[in-house]
Amino acid sequence: MASNPFPQSKEQLLQAYRTMRTIREFEERLHIDFGRGDIPGFVHLYAGEEAAGTGIMLHLGPGDRIASTHRGHGHCISKGVDVVAMMKEIYGKKGGACEGKGGSMHIADLDKGMMGANGILGAGAPLVCGAALAAKFRGKGEVAISFVGDGASNQGTFLESLNLAAVWNLPAIFVVENNGYAESTSRDYGVAVDSYVDRAAGFGLPGVTVDGTDFFAVHEAAGEIIARARKGGGPALLECKMVRFHGHFEGDAQTYRAPGENEHNRANNDCLKKFSAAVTSAGVISAAELQAIDHDVLGLIESAVVAAKAAPLPTQADLLTDVYVKY
Amino acid sequence: MARKISMKQAINEALDQEMARDPSVIVMGEDIVGGAGGDGERDAWGGVLGVTKGLYAKHGDRLLDTPLSESAYIGAAIGAACCGMRPVAELMFVDFMGVCFDQIYNQAAKFRYMFGGKAQTPVVIRAMCGGGFRAAAQHSQMLTPLFTHIPGLKVVCPSTPYDTKGLLIQSIRDNDPVIFLEHKNLYGFEGEVPESSYAIPFGEANVVRDGKTATIATYGLMVHRSLDAAAALAKEGVDVEVIDLRTLSPLDIDTVLESVEKTGRLVCVDEANPRCSIAADVSAQVAQQAFRALKGSIQMVTAPHTPVPFSPVLEDLYIPSAAQIATAVKRTMAH
Repeated sequence: MASNPFPQSKEQLLQAYRTMRTIREFEERLHIDFGRGDIPGFVHLYAGEEAAGTGIMLHLGPGDRIASTHRGHGHCISKGVDVVAMMKEIYGKKGGACEGKGGSMHIADLDKGMMGANGILGAGAPLVCGAALAAKFRGKGEVAISFVGDGASNQGTFLESLNLAAVWNLPAIFVVENNGYAESTSRDYGVAVDSYVDRAAGFGLPGVTVDGTDFFAVHEAAGEIIARARKGGGPALLECKMVRFHGHFEGDAQTYRAPGENEHNRANNDCLKKFSAAVTSAGVISAAELQAIDHDVLGLIESAVVAAKAAPLPTQADLLTDVYVKY
Repeated sequence: MARKISMKQAINEALDQEMARDPSVIVMGEDIVGGAGGDGERDAWGGVLGVTKGLYAKHGDRLLDTPLSESAYIGAAIGAACCGMRPVAELMFVDFMGVCFDQIYNQAAKFRYMFGGKAQTPVVIRAMCGGGFRAAAQHSQMLTPLFTHIPGLKVVCPSTPYDTKGLLIQSIRDNDPVIFLEHKNLYGFEGEVPESSYAIPFGEANVVRDGKTATIATYGLMVHRSLDAAAALAKEGVDVEVIDLRTLSPLDIDTVLESVEKTGRLVCVDEANPRCSIAADVSAQVAQQAFRALKGSIQMVTAPHTPVPFSPVLEDLYIPSAAQIATAVKRTMAH
């Protein structure tokens, strides 16, 4: 094997690939099983966007908090939430991450620092200000990260949070996952400025734009921003330009896309393909090593689906529990 | 017996004692210290009506002045509560709740259930409520039913300085999100309050006047109007029991039911608008659970189904009066 030209260790690269592949397989399996009618409700898939969540979360520990979006599976997996518990949750089963009471849009694991996917767009940003404030009081150098899409970047909660984080100098990071579409509406229709860096500047905080399909670019930019926040350097905004392989939700006919757009993205903007090509051509990780991970991940996802289908359903007694700690 | 202090002082004392007891308690809100970033006096205001005045000198940076940005800082209080703090966020006027309501009813209220019992959100949101301040439609509402409707929230609205201190301390120590509503026209109301710290449990109504003929169930400023009505009726030989609900969620309906079993008559008094109000809720529960005990129809005395008017003559007509309450008691006795 050649010497490693990347700033990440081989172990980190293997971990990053495993995380991205786990997200991809998790989402593609949901795409199939949802289409078959196995899954209640509706789901929003993160496939195509894996490099962003993975590249950022590799810098975090369990004391660092994140607040996710409606498209939260990738953030959960990259923050270390158990994949089997997630799958059970999406199937509405007991033993799910939220005992079947939350579903796809509300998966949380506070012990892992995952403050929840969120069905209300932009709602995580104020919560992250609070998590960052708590981190500041604790004084251990922890950070909190809010994810929004380009759509929710227009919400008042998000914009107010940029200001609050700036005036309180919070260790808060705001990641805009710009996949080009707010549901079906083009990003350029809904956001008047060309660059999120300009929007960040308008609130008095630094902003960086990266190619969100490039794991290495995301990891490097996030690393600098997070390190600065840990040292008391304050908040920042990170825009990840990325592509969404599926619709806004499963079942979305995606007629708003240009003809051939999805095929083009899968061929040219696949973050996993780019990552694999980079690490194998550099000779740091072999194709066989990647294939071994692929094999593991397929087994993990299959076992998660089997466990989710076999898990018990909630009962009538579960309906009324856990509204309050004590009432 | 204990010294007398105002409700405003009782709030200040509860915050002070809890901040001294527990370093995870932080207080945030607009102008709660006042003068931040300016060249003049710090602790210039201590809250828009001076409720938190003096706490900054004792507790420093654990009091956080916020930008005028309710969605962000109420949400931040909720987020911090999920991460080990016990924030008390002051919303100034409950009327501003609309600006940040998503953070309260879709986030704080739902975390515990939605996350399968694995979250707790020990946040207190304090806000002034109620009319009589000539503050017009957007600074005078009660809005209590908005909060009691939401599973996951606890709702407190005290009527005396003693209850205010004990219930606010309980709210801060409680592990669920609490909406703590302070009637602005009671801020100057004085009563006996022990200097030592104490907590009053939620879900325990207080029988503030014993009586045999009719029951009044109420809360907040209306407790005092109801006591005035009861005093007037006593002169006419009508013996009215007055119940201060104190917490609206949880609601101590059992104390109301016991009273109605004794008196057979119920008047529900509520400064909120009438539809789906606390008065309507208590009336419905009593009608359902104590129908056979009732000797007359349940009466409700509430604000009308209008916004709060500005002109003092209109606002005085808007807020239920002791005379209206006394008339309602007589109406329920006319059967």
